[in-house]
Amino acid sequence: MQWETVIGLEVHVQLATRSKIFSGASTAFGAEPNSQACAVDLGMPGVLPVLNEAAVAMAVQFGLGIHAEIPEISVFDRKNYFYPDLPKGYQTSQMYHPIVGPGEVEITLEDGGTKAVRVHHAHLEEDAGKSLHEDFHGMTGIDLNRAGTPLLEIVSEPDMRSAREAAAYLKAIHSIVTYLGISDGNMAEGSMRCDVNVSVRPRGQEAFGTRAEIKNVNSFRFVERAIEYEVERQIELLEDGGEVVQETRLFDPEADETRSMRTKEQANDYRYFPCPDLLPVVLDQAYVDHLRETLPELPAAKRARFQEGLGLSAYDAGVLSASRAMAEFFEQVRDVCGDAKQAANWVQGELSGALNREGLPIEDSPVSARQLGELIARVIDGTINGKAAKQVFQALWHGEGSSADEVIEAKGLKQVTDTGAIEAMIDQVIADSPAQVAQYRDAEPDKRGKMIGYFVGQVMKASRGTANPQQVNALLKEKLDALC
Amino acid sequence: MHDKTLTELAAGLAAGEFSSRELTESLLARIERHDGDLNSFITVTPEQALAAADAADGARGEAGPLAGVPLALKDIFCTTGVKTSAGSRMLDNFVAPYDATVVEKLKAAGTVSLGKTNMDEFAMGSSNENSFYGPVKNPWDGSAVPGGSSGGSAAAVAAGLVPAAMGTDTGGSIRQPAAFCGITGLKPTYGRVSRYGIIAYASSLDQAGPMARTAEDCARLLGAIAGHDPRDSTSVARGVPDYTEELAAPLSGLKIGLPTEYFGEGLDPDVERAVREAIRVYESLGATVREVSLPHTHYAIPAYYVIAPAEASSNLARYDGVRFGHRCDAPADLTDLYKRSRAEGFGEEVQRRILMGTHTLSEGFFDAYYKKAQQVRRLIRQDFLDAFDEFDVLMGPASPTPAFDLGAKKDPVSMYLQDIYTIAINLAGIPGISVPAGFVGGRPVGLQILGTHFAEARLLNVAHQFQQATDWHLRRPALAEETL
Repeated sequence: MQWETVIGLEVHVQLATRSKIFSGASTAFGAEPNSQACAVDLGMPGVLPVLNEAAVAMAVQFGLGIHAEIPEISVFDRKNYFYPDLPKGYQTSQMYHPIVGPGEVEITLEDGGTKAVRVHHAHLEEDAGKSLHEDFHGMTGIDLNRAGTPLLEIVSEPDMRSAREAAAYLKAIHSIVTYLGISDGNMAEGSMRCDVNVSVRPRGQEAFGTRAEIKNVNSFRFVERAIEYEVERQIELLEDGGEVVQETRLFDPEADETRSMRTKEQANDYRYFPCPDLLPVVLDQAYVDHLRETLPELPAAKRARFQEGLGLSAYDAGVLSASRAMAEFFEQVRDVCGDAKQAANWVQGELSGALNREGLPIEDSPVSARQLGELIARVIDGTINGKAAKQVFQALWHGEGSSADEVIEAKGLKQVTDTGAIEAMIDQVIADSPAQVAQYRDAEPDKRGKMIGYFVGQVMKASRGTANPQQVNALLKEKLDALC
Repeated sequence: MHDKTLTELAAGLAAGEFSSRELTESLLARIERHDGDLNSFITVTPEQALAAADAADGARGEAGPLAGVPLALKDIFCTTGVKTSAGSRMLDNFVAPYDATVVEKLKAAGTVSLGKTNMDEFAMGSSNENSFYGPVKNPWDGSAVPGGSSGGSAAAVAAGLVPAAMGTDTGGSIRQPAAFCGITGLKPTYGRVSRYGIIAYASSLDQAGPMARTAEDCARLLGAIAGHDPRDSTSVARGVPDYTEELAAPLSGLKIGLPTEYFGEGLDPDVERAVREAIRVYESLGATVREVSLPHTHYAIPAYYVIAPAEASSNLARYDGVRFGHRCDAPADLTDLYKRSRAEGFGEEVQRRILMGTHTLSEGFFDAYYKKAQQVRRLIRQDFLDAFDEFDVLMGPASPTPAFDLGAKKDPVSMYLQDIYTIAINLAGIPGISVPAGFVGGRPVGLQILGTHFAEARLLNVAHQFQQATDWHLRRPALAEETL
């Protein structure tokens, strides 16, 4: 039987507010346990939550970024359950009236095409604390630093049909939230994690199969692997005449498999009800409009502009718009050198290669966008040739000189375009290579083109790489042909 | 000095007739002598009181109008460094590291807290028999209850141990004990006084207010505690008027509505007689009186006993034995820790309401109970708003009977019916005041006066004018007559 995979994602994004969603405590990562939890985060008797407006603004920005409806009124609800790292015995979340309504995220497929994945809604909620089982012999420690950290939970429709699509969706969300600056998107620190709902159904069948939920997957790669494993497991199960049970599963990256955590029968009844300590959030149109105006250009728009406005290929546009830092770097290089294609080539070629080798993010590039732009400009205006340009780049990368011009000057890489000087070098090479000249002369005219390479190489060598290759080519051809 | 009102004491302190230390010492001595029988205090804080009194004496001249005035706080207001138990074994060891906003404001006004008063556990009760610290006795008759849940505050004021005390009112817990003990108790509009630092029972209904001998005293205290608090999102950003300014306004032309439903079946005929007598006093002062119907009144108790327990079940989830409060000995595992800590820490009535609330919020019952109750609540509120289109105030009994005997009401539902005339006011969020209006069998009767949202100044004026024309509020139980 032919099977079709159906995937929906719930992505938890930690918002980059300075303080928590309902208290003034800091949200900085990595502090001493329980040093960033105030009375509100600890759920002490009598204390009350106060909504952090920055979290609201960020959620709305995300909504606008995915072209979602922003309802005028959203309401916080309490999700009640007992767990030691849940201080109040409930999590404040949004169940019935979320802050972001239905929207859409565009993902790029492998064939370069795009697909729209629908977002059902996104809601604000507070994170819980963390249970520490390792450090306490036979006991569990509780760290509430994370309790009250603002999360935006983005719930997709079951629109994805492969592990690749799911990973592409996750990447698209990552790209949007980091473009907006509303999350650092750091998956290793848990700033972004997702629950994956996976089911399979016979191709052509309308009804969904029974789904399993894989909890807390925290990397693009793991999402793909978890889904691939799960899809295979479900198909095998069904083909063996078994049944998929609705359950929560965990992905174990070590074993590269998913494991059952709990079945639906044991599921909690969360007893949601509107939180009486918080007023409904009312967003007036002016506020939403203001946020809309301050929205940066987002990846999809940027990709389209790179392609249509700057004439880049779909691939180049996709790579260069994938992260805001990359796009900003590229645009600055382009502004300085004035040539989008050259800028794209250099950023994706020489620069990305060097960054990858050193494992550096583009934000930490030793060669600045201005330096690279100036370097490319020198290639375009003929001051240096391509070969010299690579030397200049290496010199800048290693901090030898503060600008392309300085390196060109210091290393004497300026291209020789003086016809007389080039002609002199050519004459010398012809004089020093009688055997090659004879071969050239004896060759069929249509084979001569290939043979000219040797002479070009000699001339370039003689000029220490600074002769203009086009001029060398043309003059050589002229002079050699004159000898035939 | 104990027979003076707060207003008189404040004047005496201002005039230098006596010092705050003298006053505080004399009241502490009265507590020492009488509270063994009454049990109106859970914690007496002589050291802090005397230090505050000395500070007030030292600042005399620059200090505000309440500087040096002694009072007491229901043990539901968190106080830095002093146990705040909410009448529960669960919090028998709880010392808050913060002051409730009400406490902060009273401190800032220079008042001197003598201690924390007894109360029904987590403010759940109508008789003050549900306290972990034992029942409070009614100063008028030691065999009677003082009313609940602010019974300790009411008894302490009635017995002349303090001139005033703070209470909270979720379904009548200021007005009913005020009525039973023959004092004046005001429940302000929901949102008028901050709930920050008040141990939550039912967040959408809880409201703090003053309990004192006279409406004038209540006016002074309300002025000190009212106002917007950025730490409580449900507190209302609205200026605080001088509540004493309107006290003297004449009542001619006042339109009084008598809700038919408050004079029906179940009302003790002697209580009715006393209340109607009081209303005749108003007519003699120039008011007009007419009946009005509040047709949804009979739904108030069922709606309340859905909403309040639902919120309570969630608010009390934080008492789980994990972070603070009572923890059972040697728990076998996490579930055992939760179960036994909560079973041991909570009394019977609290457990009953948690279970009711958990049930009504459960999947499948939420719509039938909680949602329906909220719809009823809106209808009840609308009844009042319609009535206030026509009338300045509504009047009726605060309770269907005078204080009943300790142990008389074994069945929880008959206890719940005690609040039949007070509960709807909390559901509607409007203010209400109970003033002494006679006696039945030597036990006080309270007249309840209701106003529309934020009509506290008018209520206090209407109550004050009654107290200018009558002397019920000046009567003292034998205990309070006794001087040291």
